[in-house]
Amino acid sequence: MRRNENNPIIDLISSLVAPFIMLFGLYVIFHGHYSPGGGFQGGTLLAASVILLRLSLGSELGQSQFPRRLGTPLASLGVLIYYGTGLAALILGGAFLNYGFIPFSALAPLRRSWGILSVEIGVGLAVMAVLVAIYDDLLEGEPDA
Amino acid sequence: MKAANVLVLVAFCGLLIYAATGFPNRGDALSVTNRESSPAGTPNAPTHYIRRAKEEAHTDNMVTAILADYRGYDTLGEETVILTAGLICYLLLRRERSGHEKE
Amino acid sequence: MRDFLVGHYFYWFIFLLMTIGLAGIILKRNLIKKVIGMSILQVAIILFFVASASKWDATVPILDPALGAADVTKYINPLPHCLMLTAIVVGVATSGVAFALIIMIWRRFRTLDENELLEKLKHDPD
Repeated sequence: MRRNENNPIIDLISSLVAPFIMLFGLYVIFHGHYSPGGGFQGGTLLAASVILLRLSLGSELGQSQFPRRLGTPLASLGVLIYYGTGLAALILGGAFLNYGFIPFSALAPLRRSWGILSVEIGVGLAVMAVLVAIYDDLLEGEPDA
Repeated sequence: MKAANVLVLVAFCGLLIYAATGFPNRGDALSVTNRESSPAGTPNAPTHYIRRAKEEAHTDNMVTAILADYRGYDTLGEETVILTAGLICYLLLRRERSGHEKE
Repeated sequence: MRDFLVGHYFYWFIFLLMTIGLAGIILKRNLIKKVIGMSILQVAIILFFVASASKWDATVPILDPALGAADVTKYINPLPHCLMLTAIVVGVATSGVAFALIIMIWRRFRTLDENELLEKLKHDPD
């Protein structure tokens, strides 16, 4: 993102607001069982907080919060968490993605609840990393990018 | 050429609006997709989700339960699509840059 | 007649939005504007699905202990919401791919106009 001038108000306010957006994104992911939310929405909020800092401070300073090279590995890690949850159920005797067989807890419905949480974490990680990576890739090679 | 395109658009909009006369009213709890049982007499899928999500998955939010548990394969495919889109952007734009550096 | 109008007018607006999106794809010659039209078309379809899930006097599909789970008409249909939730994020990712392709086209041909692109492709088949 091209910056023409240093505006201290924008820098300060965006730096103050970004951690709260990130915290709210984590809340949306982890409280998705009981309120509107889930991995997709929370991942988008996390990506919004990262991109807000890149927009306001410039991409160079934004790198120190979330380096560019982390994008693709984190996205792959998120998808691997999803596949791994499914494979764990398969190895432990159930069908693929049947969370009732993963011993998170004693009761079958609670096991399913924990399985859903694990899957949502994977989805949130992948969505956040991919959105930030697409933003970085589109700005690749631009001046002050 | 432009007139033909506009004609196609007007015909498209008119056809859709004509087709909409056969749709159920908005908010109709008795329409085919929203009512309790399907035309064959079996319970509709949303009926099952609303009634059983809490006891089967211990999750209050039915959308989350459907997304990650009942239709987990669907979400798995969607997430793979997102990862593929990210990888396509990476490969398209970064390979170009490294090519420029070599020149 | 009044019930029909109240129950159907939102379909007409959604189809108008769909037509605007399609007009962007067909009539505009700039590739960026085509992508914008594609996004409008996608939003119209998402609105269509979400609107078809609504029920009068119903609440969000989150279990309310006071309401219980027995009466299906108390909760709106959760299935279209679930499908559209994934469609939104996938739409963002696919428009990112579209912009990446547009950047590649710009770097190679230095134009985004459809007719100029066709001309340049004719002279430069490589």
